[in-house]
Amino acid sequence: MQTKTTGIVRGIIANLVTIEVDGPVAQNEICFIHLGDTRLMAEVIKVSGKNASAQVYESTRGLRVGDHVTFEGHMLEVQLGPGLLSSNYDGLQNNLATMEDVFLKRGEYTEPIDREKKWDFKPTAKKGNTVTAGDWLGEVMEGWMVHRIMVPFVMTDTYTIEEITAEGSYTVDQRIAVVKDGQGRNHDITMVQKWPVKRAITAYKEKPRPYKVMETGVRTIDTFNPIAEGGTGFIPGPFGCGKTVLQHALAKQAEADIIVMAACGERANEVVEIFSEFPKLIDARTGRHLMERTTIICNTSNMPVAAREASVYTAMTICEYYRAMGHRALLLADSTSRWAQALREMSNRMEELPGQDAFPMDLPAIISNFYARAGIVKLNNDQTGSVTVIGTVSPAGGNLKEPVTESTQKATRCFYALSQNRADRKRYPAVDPMDSYSKYLEYPEIMQYYTEKVGPDWIDKVWEGKNYVRRGKEAYEQINILGDDGVPLEYHINYWKSELIDFIILQQDAFDDIDASTPMERQEYMYTKVIDICRKEYEFDDFEACSGFFKKLINIFRQMNYSEFQSDEFKRYETEIEKLLSDKVQA
Amino acid sequence: MAQAFQRIYTRLEGITKATVVLNAQRVMNDELATVDGRLAQVVKINGDRVTLQVFGGTEGIATNSEVVFWGEAPSLNVSDELSGRFFNAYGKPIDGGPEVEGEHREIGGPSVNPYKRKQPSQLIPTGIAGIDLNNTLVSGQKIPFFADPDQPYNQVMATVALRADVDKIILGGMGLTNDDYLYFRQSFENAGKLSKIISFVNTTDDPPVERLLIPDMALTAAEYFAVDKNEKVLVLLTDMTLYADALSIVSNRMDQIPSKDSMPGSLYSDLAKIYEKAVLLPSGGSITIIAVTTLNGGDITHAIPDNTGYITEGQLFLRHDSDTGKVIVDPFRSLSRLKQLVIGKQTREDHNQVMNTAIRLYADAADAKTKLENGFDLSDYDLRALDFAKEYSLKLLSIDVNINVTEMLERAWKLFAKHFSKEEVSIREDLIEKYWPGQE
Repeated sequence: MQTKTTGIVRGIIANLVTIEVDGPVAQNEICFIHLGDTRLMAEVIKVSGKNASAQVYESTRGLRVGDHVTFEGHMLEVQLGPGLLSSNYDGLQNNLATMEDVFLKRGEYTEPIDREKKWDFKPTAKKGNTVTAGDWLGEVMEGWMVHRIMVPFVMTDTYTIEEITAEGSYTVDQRIAVVKDGQGRNHDITMVQKWPVKRAITAYKEKPRPYKVMETGVRTIDTFNPIAEGGTGFIPGPFGCGKTVLQHALAKQAEADIIVMAACGERANEVVEIFSEFPKLIDARTGRHLMERTTIICNTSNMPVAAREASVYTAMTICEYYRAMGHRALLLADSTSRWAQALREMSNRMEELPGQDAFPMDLPAIISNFYARAGIVKLNNDQTGSVTVIGTVSPAGGNLKEPVTESTQKATRCFYALSQNRADRKRYPAVDPMDSYSKYLEYPEIMQYYTEKVGPDWIDKVWEGKNYVRRGKEAYEQINILGDDGVPLEYHINYWKSELIDFIILQQDAFDDIDASTPMERQEYMYTKVIDICRKEYEFDDFEACSGFFKKLINIFRQMNYSEFQSDEFKRYETEIEKLLSDKVQA
Repeated sequence: MAQAFQRIYTRLEGITKATVVLNAQRVMNDELATVDGRLAQVVKINGDRVTLQVFGGTEGIATNSEVVFWGEAPSLNVSDELSGRFFNAYGKPIDGGPEVEGEHREIGGPSVNPYKRKQPSQLIPTGIAGIDLNNTLVSGQKIPFFADPDQPYNQVMATVALRADVDKIILGGMGLTNDDYLYFRQSFENAGKLSKIISFVNTTDDPPVERLLIPDMALTAAEYFAVDKNEKVLVLLTDMTLYADALSIVSNRMDQIPSKDSMPGSLYSDLAKIYEKAVLLPSGGSITIIAVTTLNGGDITHAIPDNTGYITEGQLFLRHDSDTGKVIVDPFRSLSRLKQLVIGKQTREDHNQVMNTAIRLYADAADAKTKLENGFDLSDYDLRALDFAKEYSLKLLSIDVNINVTEMLERAWKLFAKHFSKEEVSIREDLIEKYWPGQE
């Protein structure tokens, strides 16, 4: 091995350190700055002559000019292997649970993967097989997930398996296979591998357009603006609009095998909520603990800014790793604006020429590269795996005309706009039915999927419902301008039809045990019922009679939403609705 | 301070309004120094060139002024002797008492490991229904008042502090007028609680950049009592807008490119570092932060309230209600994000539904009012909603209400029954059956 490059600190501004180096140094290379006995991790972000600028992932208090630096010769990497699930990491993949102090100690780095734990390994490939990066060699059970042991992604050649270990109990560092490359050199393979986070893992055959829908149990998403498996979406919204509650609902309910939550520059107490609630929650589909399928990457707003930027990449890399095993991974990144702000702070200290709102010029490119790593893929063995990404954006002042929102909108296919107006009126989730969209509704592959899974007229019904909502909104505006008596009764009827859809389908009580999550079957049942009512013509004596009728209807429907699907209670309310409707028709 | 290692320089290379530049060796980042007797801190090092931020401003500082490096970051002596005392931004007594003896601790220390935090779960009752009923406070929470400068935010904050059941109250006053400072002092004294109060105060008479030290001073004291003594600590920070203004002054002097509203690009991280000190510790100690962010004409899209809103766990809006002449806690724009942790758990089961219903009906009244203003006839429902809104504002939202949560719920039910039918209220049936007031 060559000797490591070393350097001397020459300048310090906040967490940007200039280092004079004595050898070769690479962009994004990791280095350690020695401060007494403490080693502070940093990443090179600019090289100019003999000077390298590095962003330090820790507080630089007490650092001096003249302090020593050693370079590691690689970029920021994560370790991939069994034991990632149910772990709680910081942005640099330090295991937060194994740190002893209540306070985060500067320069304390912990092992992300348990080196002592033994896993029951079962080989699935055979001696003599030809393999390439990402091919499955064997498996271990990680909780209730099959965790494939793969040919490391960094191995780019074609290999022959020379030897594969028999079934048994091993630690991650024990050799489980020996493979031979084209030049006849042997390579040992263990259960753990490393990968630089800023590079996408591309060990798959192809990445087709998304063709399946990912169910979330959130009606306003599944019914009105569904997200595809392997798709991308984002949730922009001013503070206090229920962004976090919506994200947590997705984490609990989404039809995914693996959930990776990147709490990027957000509140610590929100992460604590996940830490303390998730271990108690049971996954409705599998009956297992939610935590067993969840990895949390937590770099809260008070933790070092530079590590915040790394955290979303760390999360993405873990998702891609599980995708390569044929799993469906969902990445929830909250909030990507904090990541962009971290980029801005750095670009500012480097005195780069700023773009809009002082963000770096290449922000749109950085954001679109990130979302481009999502997707459903066909693996080398023709199995599929997927990474679905939903990011949140915290637009400054709630104004969507700002660089992060605009760049994200270009990079993603689903847009869930949270509206301040709906939040003020406590209409949760505050996803605006008119401003939000899902491009996937227009994908022929997705249309095909709905025709097979739900029914041939489903998509038409979705557009029909959207139209009722649009018409209701227009009617509402007219009523506000012209007054209750100033518009034809028809307007009131249109308005109340849209209110029915709003209250029964779009609004959902995230804190009610039953209403919180609605399976697709129930969504279809309720939505069809509501649309049938909207299709009918009604006559009323005056607008008060109209609002009275619909308020009654909405009230019974709401009770229905709070009842177990197809229970006696549910059916009783259903009968009440029938009666109300038939009385109305008779009258 | 470590006198033995003091290094003294007497040649300044550059002076701006808030910073000085000199050549010095082996200087530490964040280290303190005195420039001509004034406190300063290292903010930038480039080779031998060191930039110092002078807290008290640089008026009268000469190129041959004496610069003394202390070899340490800003610190505070912590011990039980802090109780009942008043300090300036440097932690020096301003109440005529002696210097505090105790452990010398650097301010602005590390963050709590998020994995070691406990989930806040203890309600802090204030007696104000606009808070307890609609926006319940929880210990370990951080929440600001968003208020226009003419609103009585400091009074409301003092009331909340004195009613709250906590072991220590720590006041961090930034740019307080002398009158407000004396008001706080007076109300703490009158309540007989001076012994559990510690104050760090920068008044409008003091240089603005000094304010930057106040939150870290207050929170270092708070961490001593919460971590070392397992106490429940409430920290009051007023006014954080003036703190942020001081940040922008410094970044401007350092030629940084400003982002939105001429605030530094790091505003979010700077504010988060302060607010995120709010915590419930595994040992039971806690730090709760109630802050004040003053607004300009109610504009919450300005960078300061906007970034604050993304960091804090909700916000409390004060508003003058012209229909009743009372100052109320605005139910639409206020929010306590942690309220779901205690609502219906530490309070009655109907709390959540009653709270939401009352706000929905209040919103209906607001719509009716718009209709009225536009010259339209009001329906019977509209008229009843307006009557409800007036009473709701007077009997519940007004900040002079002082009752417990169950009484608040009872009051709300009475108002529902007085003005609306059961269908219009649209609450879960089992709750209606249990709590709807009987015909009397």
